[in-house]
Formats: sequence, C-alpha cells, structure tokens
Amino acid sequence: MTHLSKRFGSSLVLNDVTLEVMPGEVHGLLGQNGSGKSTLIKILAGFHDPEPGAELIMYGESVPLPMPAGAARKRGIAFVHQHLGLVPSLSVLENLLIGAIASEDRWRVDWRREAARARETFARFGLTIDPTARIADLPQVERALVAIVRAFEDIRTASSHGQGVLILDEPTPFLPKLGVDKLFDLVRTIVKEGTAVIFVSHDIDEIREITDRATVLRDGNLAGTLTSRDATADEFVELIIGRRVSLYKTAVRDVTALSVAISARNVTGEILRDVSFDIHRGEILGLTGLIGSGFDEMPYALYGARPASAGTVEILGKSQPLSKMSPPAALEAKLALLPSDRLGAAGVGNLTIAENMLLPVLQDFVRWFRLDWSRMSGRASELGKQYDVRPNRPAQTLSSLSGGNAQKVLMAKWLQTAPLLLMLDEPTQGVDVGARQQLFAALDHAAGKGTSILVASTDYEQLAQICDRVLIFARGQVVDVLAGAAISKDAIAERCLLSLGTSAFSNVPEVVAA
Amino acid sequence: MSQAPNQADAGARISPGGSAGPALRKMNIARVAESFALLAATIALAAVFGILMPHSFLSWANVSTMLGSQAVLVVLSLALIIPLTAGDFDLSIASMLTLSSMLIAVLNAQLGWSIYAAMAVAIVTGAVVGVINAGFILYFRIPSLIVTLGTGTFISGVVLWISGANTISGIDDGLVSWVVVRHIFGIPLAFYYALLLCVAIWYFLGYTTAGRRLLFVGRNREVSRLSGIRVDRVRFLCLIASGVISSATGILYAGTIGAADPNSGTTFLLPAFAAAFLGATSITPGRFNAWGTLIAVYFLVIGITGLTMLGIQTFVQNLFYGGALVLAVALSQLVRKREPQDFT
Repeated sequence: MTHLSKRFGSSLVLNDVTLEVMPGEVHGLLGQNGSGKSTLIKILAGFHDPEPGAELIMYGESVPLPMPAGAARKRGIAFVHQHLGLVPSLSVLENLLIGAIASEDRWRVDWRREAARARETFARFGLTIDPTARIADLPQVERALVAIVRAFEDIRTASSHGQGVLILDEPTPFLPKLGVDKLFDLVRTIVKEGTAVIFVSHDIDEIREITDRATVLRDGNLAGTLTSRDATADEFVELIIGRRVSLYKTAVRDVTALSVAISARNVTGEILRDVSFDIHRGEILGLTGLIGSGFDEMPYALYGARPASAGTVEILGKSQPLSKMSPPAALEAKLALLPSDRLGAAGVGNLTIAENMLLPVLQDFVRWFRLDWSRMSGRASELGKQYDVRPNRPAQTLSSLSGGNAQKVLMAKWLQTAPLLLMLDEPTQGVDVGARQQLFAALDHAAGKGTSILVASTDYEQLAQICDRVLIFARGQVVDVLAGAAISKDAIAERCLLSLGTSAFSNVPEVVAA
Repeated sequence: MSQAPNQADAGARISPGGSAGPALRKMNIARVAESFALLAATIALAAVFGILMPHSFLSWANVSTMLGSQAVLVVLSLALIIPLTAGDFDLSIASMLTLSSMLIAVLNAQLGWSIYAAMAVAIVTGAVVGVINAGFILYFRIPSLIVTLGTGTFISGVVLWISGANTISGIDDGLVSWVVVRHIFGIPLAFYYALLLCVAIWYFLGYTTAGRRLLFVGRNREVSRLSGIRVDRVRFLCLIASGVISSATGILYAGTIGAADPNSGTTFLLPAFAAAFLGATSITPGRFNAWGTLIAVYFLVIGITGLTMLGIQTFVQNLFYGGALVLAVALSQLVRKREPQDFT
C-alpha cells in the first residue's frame, strides 16, 4: 500500500503514507486519535476513497483503488473492530454464518452440518467454544475470539491459500490480561497460515509483544516504522507524540489553595476500582486514559446514572453512598452531568431549543399554576445570546443546530443552574474550533464563579488547554496525575501511552490531599 | 461576537406546543396552514354533506346528536394521548370503557347499588387496571403494546363473565339525564364534559411542568432520566390516568345509552387511535394534543355520519376509520420528516 492520501475538505488527514506488510507478519499500527489510523483502515475497507495516486498491491497484484463496496471482502481483507460486530442475542453459529446468510440464497441450511464444521474450525485453533451458545452468554474474550475466527474464515473462503489481510482494530482494551494472551495465541496461529495481520492498538506493551514490526502515524504523516522487538517503549512514545512546541495554555493556577468541594472515595464500578480523588471549588479537573481505562465511567457513577458497586461521594463535607445515588438526588445536591451522546442522552433533537434549555428550571417559570411561555421564550433567547447560539431561535428544534451550537445550548441548560459540580463527557466531540473556544470560555467563566468542573475526555489538547489538574486512568485506577504547568498535550499523551506498562503501577501517586 | 444577525427573533414567542416557529414569515404561513389543515378539512367535509343533504345532515337534531353521542369517543381519545405522549401505548382503554359501563349496569341496575357507589367502583377499577398495566410494563420491562393487548383482552373476558354475555339495561335515569337528556344551548351535557376534559388536558400538557416532563419522557427516556426526571413514575402515573379516564368514559357511555352491552364499547379502540394520531397532525403538528384530537374525532364522525346518511353500507365505517389511522400516521411522519418513531 503506497502513497495513500486522503483529504477531508481542506484538511489533509492522511498524507502520502506507505504501509508495507509481509505475508505471515503481524504488523502494528499506532498513532494518537486523529493521526489518520482509522482513515487508513477505512480506505482499506472501501469506505473512504483515497486521493488519486494511491496504490494497493496485494501479493504482487495491483488492486484498483477506490475499491467498490464488497471488494475488500472478496480480496481477502477482513476486519474485526472493537465492538466486534456480533449479535449478542443470537448463537455463535448464527453469528459465524451471518456473511453467508446475508449474501447467499440457500433453501435449506443444514444446521447440524454447519455446527460440526464450526466445531472443527474452533478445534483447529485449539478453542473449545460451543457453537450453539448465545454470544451474550460468552465471556468477553471468547466473543472476541469468535469475531476473529469469523473474519479469518472469511479470508480463507476468499482465497484458498490463506492469502489475505486481517485487520484487528483495537480488540484488546476491554479484555483481561489472560484474555489478551488467548487472543495473541489465536493471532499467532493465523499468521502461520500465511495471512498478514494488521494490529491496531494504543498499548505499546502489547504491540511489542505480538507484532513483528510497527508503523506509527502522526498527524496524517508516516512517523516511522520500528522493528518491535528492538524498540523500547520510549522510542515508540517519542515517535507517536513527536517533539513539538506546546500550544498556548490558560493561566496556571494552584488549585490546592482552594477549598475542597467534592470528594470521591473508593469508587468502584464496572471498570473503576477503588478510585478516590478531591475536586476543589472552581477547579477544572480532567480525567483521561486510554479506551477501557474507566475514566469515562466516573462522571456517570458520581451522578448515579450508572450503578457503582461501592464508594461514596462527599459533597461539601456531607458523605453519601454512591449505591443510593440517582440523577434526581445528584441534582438535589447540585451535581450536573452533560453526557457525550448529544442527541441520545443529553438533549432531545426533535424538541425545541427553548424546551431543552429550560428543562431543569421549568419550576421558575410557573406563575399562577401556569408556565409563562413568553417569559420562557425571553429567557431562552437571552441565554442563546449569552452563549452565542447560532442561529438564536429558541423555537427551532435542537437537531437543526450544528454540533457546537447544540452543545452551547446543552451547556447553558446546566450552567444556568449554577451547579456545584458540572461533569462533562467528551464535551467537544464534533465541535468546530471556534465553538470550542467559546465552550472553554463558558467553562472558565463558570469555574471563576465557583463551579467545579470535571471533564472526561480523550482529547489531550483540550484537557491541556482548560484543566488545572489531569488524572490519568489505567485499568480502572488513577495511575498518574499532572498539575499546573506540567500539563501539556504531549505530557498527557506520554503518560497515557505508558500507563499500561507495569512500571506505572509501582508508584501510584497520592491523588487525595492528606 | 454577540451582535449576531438574528436578534430580530430575540423576543419571538414560542407557543406552548412549541412548534409554531417564529423563524420566517413564509415558514409561518406554511406552519399555520399545516396546523389548521385538519380543521379546514373538517369544515369542508361538513359543507359537502350539508350541500348534499341540507335538510337532514344540517338539521339541528343531527348536529346535536353528533356532538353529544360522540363525546364518548372524544374522552376516550383524550385518555389515550396521555400515555402516547409519554411514549406508551394503552390498548386496554376500550375494554376498560366496556368494563366500567358494565360495572355500572351490574351494580346499579342488577344489584341495586346507588349510582354514585357504582361510579366510584368503576373509577377505582380503572385505576387498578392502570396499576396492573404499569406494573407489568415497568417491572418486567415488557413493551406496553404487548402488556395492554393482553390486559385488554383479559378485561373483555371479565366483562363477558360478569354480564353473562348479555346487554343489561335499567341504569339510573339520573345518570342518563346528566349525560344526554339535559341540554345547554341545545347540545347534550356529554359534549361539555368532553370539552372540559379537552381544556384540562390542553392546559396540563402545555402549561404545567408535569406536562413538559411527560413530553420529554415520551421523546427520549435517557435524556429525561439524566435530566433528573423520574421516568418510571411519570409512565406509571400516565397509565393510571388513562385507566381512570377510560373508566370515566365508560360511565359516560353507560349514561349515553342507558344500558351496557359487552361488545360495542370495544369498537372504540381503533377510532380512538385514529383520532389521536390524526389529531397529532394538526394544531401543534408532530405532537399529540387535545384540540387536535377533538377536531380529529369530529372529522371522523362527520365523515361517517354523512356517508351513512347517504345510504352507504356500514362496512364503510371500517374503511374510513382504518384508512384514517394509517393516513394519519403517514401524514404525521411527513411532518416529522420520516424520522423513524419508537412506539414502545
């Protein structure tokens, strides 16, 4: 694959990248979010068309690009994405056959024969998975294995000699260590048959363990290719982040001088394990980590939106068990949450801007047992003006706004209540640069007035710009903390990338003020 | 950056329904046309029948009967839009209506209870059915469509059982008198009850915080939950409300015909749905609303009464109701720009 470029509008997201993978090789693909990894993969899937000049050569044969839909599959290119693409309520066998069921017309499916074949296939890989089991009843690891086996079988059907490329797109973040080992065993068996595997991951240790060579992308460019065994973790990190001048940053404040507003104590949830931290009055605290590290679970756990199995939250000195926390109770305590799923969990797209914006404060507009709609409309356009919502038309539906403007509306929705703590999950996803600065300004302003702000995000640049402190999570725990002047995009990226290394666990920093 | 070019709209009014947009005048005209299309169609339909049959269709006796006798359908449709707004179906409303009217007949006419006691029992039964529906829907997380389809059929069985599958007449004249015999301005009282409920539900949905919460729950449960709305409680109360109002409809129905029969009440189910969905295409398009529902009922009633008076056979009634339901939903989908709706 040579000279791959891809332009979205005016920005070049992939610039003349060449990737060479040998048959029977496991090739790693690394890079930060936005480095062009997923674009590259989507070109291989035929989902994006590359710019002219790109070439794809498979086993000495030139493949015309862009590939029409379905061609990737016929060429023996198969994908396993993080969410695996399995239907949990159906059986393993049905999931294995889904490709055949979708594309072939068969008048009779011989289930017994298919089951026997599936068992045979699993046995070849040394797996004992019952083809009649429901996917939902399997442990996470076996689900991943089923997805990989299915993808590999697709390749074998496409080309008799196992010639093909299997692309594993971050299959490991949600797996326990033992599961990762099993997955690696399967990958090794697969490459023995001559198939090439492209393994996408953020986890440098894993890349060094399983891959032969690894290619690193940075800002759409090829940063370099390393021979995995010989390269150190630091070399990888340097290649991923690059050495650049840091971006501008807001004034550094020492937040430890401020009084503690809210303390989380021993929070344990689905991924979170016994996490404690303090957040000060008017502090902007960032939570980050790699995918699957659990940092994004924290806002929902504190808000009572997802059950926490243990832990307490101390609000202005008053302690409350998280098991009893619920959204109404959280709001009562002046905690607010702005989820990342803008039109799925944060606001209702087909209701109006005014209705969405004023939902938490409706009670203020009751006059003589009646909602005063003209006053509500006035307030909505006032807030719209204050947060620069464009167009500022309160009666328009929320879904008619761009992502950034919808986010302004939803931010106004909670900030007008002057919460003690506002928690945001990926607040600037899909938000353009201009609106982003306005959202940051609004957060800064609120923090200046004493609202504490918690931002869970994988956008390191954003965290570096607005946060007073950043907690870095790995495997459900806080493994590192950056504060004040030490925060930069690269510093956060570096700590995140190294967070899965065993060394990160030996000295868990003191996050809680004594 | 604050002098955005859109301040002309700054003070723009938003209607309680919220969709009468202030955006552009041209859009406003389209909006208004859409909002009142059903009303215009209703008037046009009445005019057509009026021209065809000036002496029979437009006679005061006929108009008064249409307004009075179909109050039952109005009230039942209004009962339905409450859970529909909150995103739940209630298919048991028509059976509940029948059960309630049969309870009145059995307790009052057969067992000699006072009419007040019988009415109280009917209302309480409605509330109990609401609790049962809500219990299955919310505790076991079963789609409301399935639960209420089941309980509705179950209730029909109970009605046949307690009535011995017979029509029971002899209900207290007082009730009949207060429903259809007494008139104000020549229209039976039943019509005014329906009107009163219509005002109440319009006010509730448009001008109370509880009404807003209902709307949010119906549109997106996750958003509502994360905004601190107690979603299950809202749905619970909505299902009780539809149970209670449909049993009140049963009382009205018993008063309208002075008797109760075990079957005719259930035929109201489809017209009620047709009216609710057709109503959602007008006044505040895209939302279930009280006035739209009222207009829709009379649109359907005028159509059917007119056709019947023209001597068309009774099966036309089903064609009309069934066709109206599907067309209404298709129309409301056009209003919503064919966004898929989640009716569970």
